[in-house]
Amino acid sequence: MAEKKRPVNLDIGTLRLPITAYVSILHRVSGVVIFFALAILLWMLDKSLSSQQSFDSLKEMLGHPFVQIVVWGSLVALLYHAVAGVRHLLMDLGVGEESFQAGRMSAWIAVGVALASIAVITLWIFV
Amino acid sequence: MIDKAVRFYHSGLFDWFVQRATALLMTAYLIFMLIYLFINPDLSYGQWEALNKSLGMRAFTFLTMIAMLSHAWIGNWCVLTDYVTERLIGPKANFIRNSIRFGMAILTFAYIAWAINILWRF
Repeated sequence: MAEKKRPVNLDIGTLRLPITAYVSILHRVSGVVIFFALAILLWMLDKSLSSQQSFDSLKEMLGHPFVQIVVWGSLVALLYHAVAGVRHLLMDLGVGEESFQAGRMSAWIAVGVALASIAVITLWIFV
Repeated sequence: MIDKAVRFYHSGLFDWFVQRATALLMTAYLIFMLIYLFINPDLSYGQWEALNKSLGMRAFTFLTMIAMLSHAWIGNWCVLTDYVTERLIGPKANFIRNSIRFGMAILTFAYIAWAINILWRF
């Protein structure tokens, strides 16, 4: 009987989420994106290792803006997911997991590092 | 009950461990590839082919692939069992979740077959 009165869950939609929640949600979203982006990465590996001609045609394709945007998007998801993942690994080692304050700080650091690496990859691909 | 709770394989602990071990391997591969491509802006086909033909690189690439697919399999379970539940989307949730798992399993094996084809056809 007491069972029935237990709250099932908090309604996430009515809460103002902290940065840690956004970092976590983006980690999940980027993870799903990467699973599909793996097709693009394998396609590039395939093209690059088939023959000299297909290697050259891949190089040419990588000069086209549309292909660049798709590759850029895949790398952004990969870099963000990797950085947010390293944050988890550090927390497993006991770094910055003692308090919500520390978690919020490491979340902001993860966002900063991810944005910096995304900036580098953006310059690399488009400039 | 206690025996079951501490069993390693098919447990949350096993998934937790796989998630971390695969993450380390994938991070190493990502860093290696980014640095390699960064320091070889004028990479030739011959050089690229030689690198990927080596046994070490074939193993590194293939193990990273398997790591990624295992990692995704566990991660996808976490996401689906959080959101695709009967409480959140109704009585069809179990069917939908299992269908997504089935589709993902097929895609996973397709990826593995494709990777084997790329890496061992030389």
